[in-house]
Amino acid sequence: MIKGKFIDNLPKVYGIYTGGFLAFIILMSIAESAGMSAKLIGIFFVAFTVGIYAIIGYLSRTLQLDAYYVAGRQVPTVFNGMATAADWMSGASFVAMAGGIYFKGYGYMALLVGWTGGYVLVASLLAPYLRKFGCYTVPDFIGTRYGGNLARVCAVIVLTVASFTYVTAQINATGTIASVALDIPFGIAVYVGLASILICSMLGGMRAVTWTQVAQYIVLIIAYLLPVFWISNKMGAGFFPHLMLADEVARIADLESQFGFIKNSAADLKTVPKGLAGITKAHSSVNATPWAFISLAVCMMAGTASLPHVMMRYFTTPSVKSARRSVGWSLFFIFLLYSSAPMLATLSKLSLMDPNLTTGIIGKSISEVQNIDWYQNWNQANLMFISDFNGNGTLELNEFFMGGKAVVLATPEIAGLPYVISGLVAAGGMAAAMSTADGLVLAIANALSHDLYYKIIDPKADTAKRLIVARVLLVLIGFAGATIAAMEIQGILGSVIWAFDFAMSGLFFPLVLGVWWKRANSQGAVAGMLLGLISGTAYLVWVRNGGSGFWGVTQLTFGIVGSLVSLVSMVVVSLMTKAPDAATQKMVDEVRIPSGRTVLGKQH
Amino acid sequence: MSKQSQHWEKTRGLLFVTLAIWFVFSIGIFFFGAEMEASSFRPLGYPLSYYMTCQGSLGIFVILIFWFANRQEKIDEEFGFSEKEDD
Repeated sequence: MIKGKFIDNLPKVYGIYTGGFLAFIILMSIAESAGMSAKLIGIFFVAFTVGIYAIIGYLSRTLQLDAYYVAGRQVPTVFNGMATAADWMSGASFVAMAGGIYFKGYGYMALLVGWTGGYVLVASLLAPYLRKFGCYTVPDFIGTRYGGNLARVCAVIVLTVASFTYVTAQINATGTIASVALDIPFGIAVYVGLASILICSMLGGMRAVTWTQVAQYIVLIIAYLLPVFWISNKMGAGFFPHLMLADEVARIADLESQFGFIKNSAADLKTVPKGLAGITKAHSSVNATPWAFISLAVCMMAGTASLPHVMMRYFTTPSVKSARRSVGWSLFFIFLLYSSAPMLATLSKLSLMDPNLTTGIIGKSISEVQNIDWYQNWNQANLMFISDFNGNGTLELNEFFMGGKAVVLATPEIAGLPYVISGLVAAGGMAAAMSTADGLVLAIANALSHDLYYKIIDPKADTAKRLIVARVLLVLIGFAGATIAAMEIQGILGSVIWAFDFAMSGLFFPLVLGVWWKRANSQGAVAGMLLGLISGTAYLVWVRNGGSGFWGVTQLTFGIVGSLVSLVSMVVVSLMTKAPDAATQKMVDEVRIPSGRTVLGKQH
Repeated sequence: MSKQSQHWEKTRGLLFVTLAIWFVFSIGIFFFGAEMEASSFRPLGYPLSYYMTCQGSLGIFVILIFWFANRQEKIDEEFGFSEKEDD
C-alpha cells in the first residue's frame, strides 16, 4: 500500500486528508447547533483523529530494517519538515507555552528564541553530516565514529536519560487531555494515551511514525491557528493577529499600570489551589536580566541540537542536500505555531482584563464572575480560581488565578467561540503530545535494540529477531513511561526543559566535535559524555536541595555547567591520549562531503 | 591543496558566517533588551524587544537556514561533491 506510488502521491493524499478533517470540523459544528452535547463533541474529536492515526500506523507496518529504523530513507524534504515539526512540538509547546508567556512575559519568551535558534545549529553543524554517515540511531554515529562499545553505551545512557525525562511529560500530557475529553480518571487515561501512542509506532517503526506525524502536524496547526484568528477577528483586534496586535499589547501595558501588580500575602496565597497562578509580571516589557534570558536560550538551542528524536528525523531523507533543506522546512512549520503563541497569550489576557470588553472580568463583582458558566466549568476542573482577598466585593487583578494550560484550553470558551473549537483544541493537543511521545519512545527503543542488543549483545541476530526485540522494547519503555507519568512527579514544562539540559550536557560536544574535530578520539568522547552528564546532574541535585549555585545558573539551565565540563574534559582527554587511527580520519573526511556512499551500509 | 581540503575550507568559512549571524540574533541582541524596548524603532508598532522575541529572530532563523542550504549546495557543486541521484 505505502510504496513508491504512495510517495509520489503524498500531496494528494494529505490534501484529501486535510479536506476531510475540515469537513469533519464543519460536520461537528452542524451537530453542535443541532444540539449535540459538548461532551460528545469532545469524544468524537479525539476518537476520530486517534482512529485515523491508528489506521495510518497499521497501513505502514513493515518487516524491513531500513523501513523500521529510517523509513526507508525516502521521506521528501517538505514532508519530513512537517513530521519533524510535529515530532518537535510537544504537549508543552501546544498546551503550556502560551500559558507560560501569559504569566511570565518577556523572560519566558527566551524559550521561543531557544527552541527555534537551535535549528540553525542542527542545519549547519550536524544534520547533513549525520545523514551522510548513514546511521540508524544517534549512538550508532558515536559508536562508529569513535569506535568501541564503551562510547556507544555512554551515548545510549545519555540518550535514555534525556529522552525518558521528556517522554514521561508527553505521556502525562496525553493522559491529561484524554481524561478531560473522554471524561475518565487520569490514572486510566494515561494508559489510553499510551495505547494510542503505541498503535502508531509498533507495527511500522519510523515509517509509521513519519506518516502519522505528518497527519498530526496538520491537525495541530489547524487547531492552534483557527482559534487565534477567530478570536482576533471576533474581538475586532485585527484580521491578521500576528501583524496587527500592537495596539492590544500597548493596551495591556496601560491596564497593567492602571491596576498595578499588588502582592498577595502568603496567607492569602495559601488558599489558592496548587498549580494556579495570578498575573504578577508585565506582559511585554523587559522583565528579565540579559543573562537570565540568554542562558535559558543557549541551553534550549544546544539541547535542540543534541536531542536524538529530532536528529533521527533527518536520517530519513533521500539525500544530504534534502536533509539540509528539510531543517529549514521544519523550522518554517514550527515558526507558524511559535509566532502564534504570544498572540494567543495577548488575546487571552486582554479578553479577561479589559473592562471595555464583554468578556472582561477584572473589575466586575465577585458574585457576577462566580455565576459565569465557563468560570464554573474551569473552576471545577481546578484550572481557575477567584477570591475576594480585600473584601471589597470586586474582582481585582491580583485576585484572579488560572492554570497555565487554561490559556490554550479555555480561551476559546472565554472568548465565546462555539464548543466545537474547544473539541478541536483538545484533538490538537492530543496530536502534539502523541507525535512527540512516539518520536521519543522510538528513539529510546531503537537505541536499545540496535546499539545495545544487536551491536553489542547479539551481533548475529537475524532481521526478524531484531525487529521483534525492537518492538518488545518499545512496549516496555512505553509502559515504564506511563507508570512514571501516572505518579505525576513533575510538571510538564519543567521536565521538558530538564530533558534539554541533560541532552546538552552529555551529547552536544561529542556530536559536534565528532564531525568538526578530527583529533577527537574515543577516550575523549567517553569522558565528555560521562563527566558532562554526571556534573550536570550533580549541579541539578545540588540546586534542587537548596544549593546556592554559581554564575546565575539555575535548575533550568544546568546544561551550561554540564556541557562546559563535557567540552573541557573531552578536549583534555583527547589530547592526552592517542590520535584516532588513519581509517577513522578517513571516515571523517568522507562524512564531510555529500557525494559518494554513506559510511555505514544501507542495512547494517 | 587538495580539492577536498579546499571544499572543507569553504564549508568552514560558511559555517562561521552562519554562526555569526545566528549569534547576533539569538544571543547578541538580547544583551540589549532594555535598550531595544526604549528604541523608537517599533516594527509593526510592537516594542522592538517584544517583536524580536516573538517574530523577528524566529523569522530570521528560518531565512538563515535556507540561505545557508543554498550556499552550501553551491560550494558542493563547485567542487563536484554534490549528490548525483538527487531529487
